[in-house]
Amino acid sequence: MKKRVPMQTRSPRERVKDFSEVALGYTKEEALLEAERCLDCKHAPCVGGCPVEIDIPKFIREIREGRLEEAAKTIYDANFLPGICGRVCPQENQCEARCVRARKGEAVAIGRLERFASDNHQPEIRKIAPDKEKVAVVGSGPAGLSCAAELAQLGYEVHIFEALHAAGGVLTYGIPEFRLPQRVVDSEVGRLLALGIKIHYNTVIGRTKKVRELFNEGFQAVFIGSGAGYPKFMKIPGENLNGVLSANEFLTRINLMKAHLPEYDTPLKKMRKVAVVGGGNVAMDAARSALRIGAEEVHLVYRRGREEMPARLEEVRHAEEEGVRFRLLANPVRILGESEVSGIECQRMELGEPDESGRRRPVAVPDSDFVISCDAVIMAIGNHPNPILASSMPELKTNKWGCIEVDERLRTSVPGVYAGGDVVTGSATVILAMGAGKKAAREIDAYLRSRHAL
Amino acid sequence: MYKIVRRRNLNDCVTLFEVDAPEVAKAFKPGQFAILRVDEAGERFPLTIAAADPARGTVTIVFQIVGKSTRKLNALQEGDQILDFAGPLGKPSDLDGLREVCLVVGGVGSAAGYPLAKALHDEGATVDAVAGFRTRDLIILDEEYREVSKLYLVTDDGSAGEKGLVTDRLAKLLDEKKYDLVIAVGPLAMMQAVAKLTRARDQRTVVSMNPIMIDGTGMCGGCRVTYYGEVKFACVDGPEFDAFGIDFDEAILRSKMYRREEREEDCRLL
Repeated sequence: MKKRVPMQTRSPRERVKDFSEVALGYTKEEALLEAERCLDCKHAPCVGGCPVEIDIPKFIREIREGRLEEAAKTIYDANFLPGICGRVCPQENQCEARCVRARKGEAVAIGRLERFASDNHQPEIRKIAPDKEKVAVVGSGPAGLSCAAELAQLGYEVHIFEALHAAGGVLTYGIPEFRLPQRVVDSEVGRLLALGIKIHYNTVIGRTKKVRELFNEGFQAVFIGSGAGYPKFMKIPGENLNGVLSANEFLTRINLMKAHLPEYDTPLKKMRKVAVVGGGNVAMDAARSALRIGAEEVHLVYRRGREEMPARLEEVRHAEEEGVRFRLLANPVRILGESEVSGIECQRMELGEPDESGRRRPVAVPDSDFVISCDAVIMAIGNHPNPILASSMPELKTNKWGCIEVDERLRTSVPGVYAGGDVVTGSATVILAMGAGKKAAREIDAYLRSRHAL
Repeated sequence: MYKIVRRRNLNDCVTLFEVDAPEVAKAFKPGQFAILRVDEAGERFPLTIAAADPARGTVTIVFQIVGKSTRKLNALQEGDQILDFAGPLGKPSDLDGLREVCLVVGGVGSAAGYPLAKALHDEGATVDAVAGFRTRDLIILDEEYREVSKLYLVTDDGSAGEKGLVTDRLAKLLDEKKYDLVIAVGPLAMMQAVAKLTRARDQRTVVSMNPIMIDGTGMCGGCRVTYYGEVKFACVDGPEFDAFGIDFDEAILRSKMYRREEREEDCRLL
């Protein structure tokens, strides 16, 4: 039992034609078999690798014993978004990295089991009548949602303020359906809100209302989880040509606005040959989405090598199987075209000494320029935190990248204002943001209780 | 949901809605805009805010029927609801200390310019407004402008006011005086022509950009403009910019980005 039970996926030829989910999840038999592999270690190192501290051995034991509803409940006690986490968490770097089985073989497939348990059964939600103060949560992405859920359970009256017309943040506008179906997001977010959390859509904190006004309205503490959704560009010539777009824009048009479906009004640029720049999960998402809207050729341009790609291995593999062409050790220097994009000029790179991130630094090879002909370029090179809220609040300290500064208790420079997730760390993962949201909720609870003690 | 409490057809191509949106009304400052989505299948698109009434909790929007989304919006009647209405977005105009201002507006841009004229007038500034339209039947908000400014009407065909372009009248005004600021709001070609004229006269000028965008909060980056050689997002850094820094040729190309995909008949106003 060194090998884990594989999860069924749809064939690349079939799945690349639509946006339906690629990975199909375990059947009950597969899940029971995989659950057998768990050694049920007393010291449970896996739990230490989980930012939201799910009791992993317990839920796997419950699956093994066929007590599936209890397994779902065990997960739910720590994590309100398990169907989401089971699909998009980088478990290989978290819980599974610490699994004892990983030392001599493959780790228990904790993420797949989490997905199985939460897809199989959703515990009943009971609305909680708040008996404590009002707390405002800015942003309904992973950080805000998990903070809100935790606060609601502690008895606070929680209001979420969301800039867009839909909840979920990056889960809704960013991650495509083939990796994370919208019905899973809607169902889990809907159940979380059913705890009694109020959500205000179309409310841009910093524009529609300032944080100061929230305090004036009677909120006693504010959590900022506005994420990192402000796209970076390369600052190379031709970047404003028609046909160059941020991965945010491309994915938002598809995921949030459904531009690829004929019955929706939002337009989507027709693309035959696409170059996606970047090597992270967002780049994979954009490249695979481009194939699904009918692009004939999708080139993924990344300045380092395969080993250095920040994307999950599974996503890289899926992209490759589907026909994304990897143009590694290539760095764009210019985008070509008159008014519309006609190509992207890149420079070959080689890897030099490791840089501060520990990855080997790419160095340009002289006179090595080459052109990839394309009619669209999608920039997926990362995001900064959105500047609107911070610019409306000069007393809120941010660092040179625009990230909000917090102490170890997630307190910002403004009393009663907490922050967590990507707006603090810069682009990271769903689960780290959720962990931060949950921690902030406990800190806010401690803060508000200490005020009563005075 | 955001209820339409009043509807007025300003002409065959331009409609005014007063929308119940108390939070937007309370926060609005001249120069800002809103983003709305008519229904579940609708796109998000930016619209001009022509006025806000915090006491009534309403925001007045004015739009030209130029494509599917604005046609859908125009099909709504008093009492109907708009699904999503977010705002106010963009930075407010900086009107501090301005004493003499010339506002140059074209077509439906006159609606976006109106709150600026009114705010300046209310602060005691002198406002000259040069408003250009293609023809007499397309003139909007002239009464409103007359209350807060000295209005110079210009039409392409001379059917009302002076015959010619807004820049013809602006050139004459600039022969006579220097303004603290010229503000141009209208089609890109008009704003470009204004910038060319005022740059030659060394007359400080700002323009209000209205590029394609989805969220209006800096997330999509679709609204980028090149400003003094740097990329800016109109929704976060603008929509108002120093006119001499804007790369208008690029902005005009970018405004046509989805022309092929949309292929809608424009309702020409200018």
